[in-house]
Amino acid sequence: MRRAVLIAVPYLWLLALFLVPFLIVFKISLSDAAIARPPYFPQLEVSEGWSGLKEFFAELDWENYIFLGEDVLYYQAYLSSLKIALISTVLTLLVGYPIAYGMARAAPEWRPTLLMLIILPFWTSFLIRVYAWKGILSTEGLLNQLLMSLGIISDPLTILNTNTAVYIGIVYTYLPFMVLPIYSALEKMDDSLLEAAEDLGCSRFQAFWLVTFPMSRAGVFAGCFLVFIPALGEFVIPSLLGGSDTLMIGKVLYEEFFSNRDWPVASAVAVILLLILIVPIVLFQLNQQKQQEAEQ
Amino acid sequence: MRRFSWFNVTSLTLGFAFLYLPMIILVVYSFNSSRLVTVWAGFSTKWYGELLQNEDFLQAAWVTIKVAFFASSIATVLGTMAAYVLVRGGRFHGRTLFSGMIYAPLVMPEVITGLSLLLLFIGIGLDRGILTVILAHTTFAMCYVSVVVSSRLISFDRSLEEAALDLGCSPFEAFRLVTLPIIAPAVISGWLLAFTLSLDDLVIASFTTGPGATTLPIKVFSAVRLGVSPEINALSTIMIGIVTIGVITTSLISKRSAIKQAREERAADRST
Repeated sequence: MRRAVLIAVPYLWLLALFLVPFLIVFKISLSDAAIARPPYFPQLEVSEGWSGLKEFFAELDWENYIFLGEDVLYYQAYLSSLKIALISTVLTLLVGYPIAYGMARAAPEWRPTLLMLIILPFWTSFLIRVYAWKGILSTEGLLNQLLMSLGIISDPLTILNTNTAVYIGIVYTYLPFMVLPIYSALEKMDDSLLEAAEDLGCSRFQAFWLVTFPMSRAGVFAGCFLVFIPALGEFVIPSLLGGSDTLMIGKVLYEEFFSNRDWPVASAVAVILLLILIVPIVLFQLNQQKQQEAEQ
Repeated sequence: MRRFSWFNVTSLTLGFAFLYLPMIILVVYSFNSSRLVTVWAGFSTKWYGELLQNEDFLQAAWVTIKVAFFASSIATVLGTMAAYVLVRGGRFHGRTLFSGMIYAPLVMPEVITGLSLLLLFIGIGLDRGILTVILAHTTFAMCYVSVVVSSRLISFDRSLEEAALDLGCSPFEAFRLVTLPIIAPAVISGWLLAFTLSLDDLVIASFTTGPGATTLPIKVFSAVRLGVSPEINALSTIMIGIVTIGVITTSLISKRSAIKQAREERAADRST
């Protein structure tokens, strides 16, 4: 009896506030926009009974999805989100790997402090961390001031409101997600393996590439997914650092909903984004399972 | 012998400089007396004064704290229940769906979660306001709590609970007297995580909020969209300060309790 209550309470909560809302999104994505409150059609008329229900289903169609397929804007938004997420994941890996590697090589008594220094930014507001770059990257910002006073450039660079600023923002905010799994993979590594490789005639770089890197592969995968998945649907970074030509699907969805008030199209955009995300999410889960099995 | 090469030193130095310089610059410029945020004109604390007189910000901060407190508290209860069910509950109908619903919100784009909850609230005719934001935050925060708590539940010895049951405890007593004290650190860090996530959330809150329930991130976002402002720098500095003090204090406390635990274990080993 008690056990049933224990299961039922969180279960029903998640059903009502997680699963049902998705079904509603899916349903609205099959509806038509209407100038009404709420602004979509058809509405389910429970009072009309069976015929109302039949009429309701007859009105649902895939029109919005066809519209998304025909409109170049959406197509480009998905492609450009994928591109931005992919490039920034690779950049985060390039920045994050050396940091994780350095941490794993540091003296053991230093490691907890280094770990805390990586986690600390995660606890500070995401919004503030993105905002901090606005003052640095703007035309009269600190980066341009620095580069000009060093004589590296003569005219200020335009970085803010371009895709470059979006890359910097994503790398900066998601760096801890990349560093932590790689660090935990590298930390467990046995150093005698490296010595063996070098005794057998590997150069230091070969030893790294043939021994260290393969051992950290699971961490690299986990880190890449943890950056790629949220970056794909990112809204805050493109809207604060990106320009008007930065197309990201999260931003498109937000604007479709709040500015255009086209709820059925916004819902269809959401459903497709979710379908795209299923692939990396399943791959991520498989990677995690494999890792857990390897540890047991 | 580990080799800590110049390459490691350089990458750590550059990496931490990259992580921390933007925030340090933000803090420094919050004390700038000029309204132009990129030109240093002398030390001043006037933006803090102006911030504290800004009724809108204070109101939004209060709403945010209320939301975060209620959402993280409910989420901690629900998340701990969910973790207990997942780790100790055995098999039941729909277990796969349940664990899927726990893990899915962790990777769900915020725009989708926000949109779907908004459509639900409109569908059932619930007026949007502070309550809907609390409901929304509770839902995604409970999943984080449940992940944190279940990792602790998995790692601890089940025979302790069984011993309590053998000695005549009811399941609830066993939970309260044995399980809860052991998982308490995880429950507390789950609550802290939920609280921080709720304080920080912009996207889900802007979908689910209504008149009179503007949270601080929404306020900050609309101010920041227009450009950099010294009041926001001052506000950021205050928030960074609170978080830094909080994280350092909790890590010192957990370090001390780890030392204490190690000492007790050694004493116990010696006495046997």
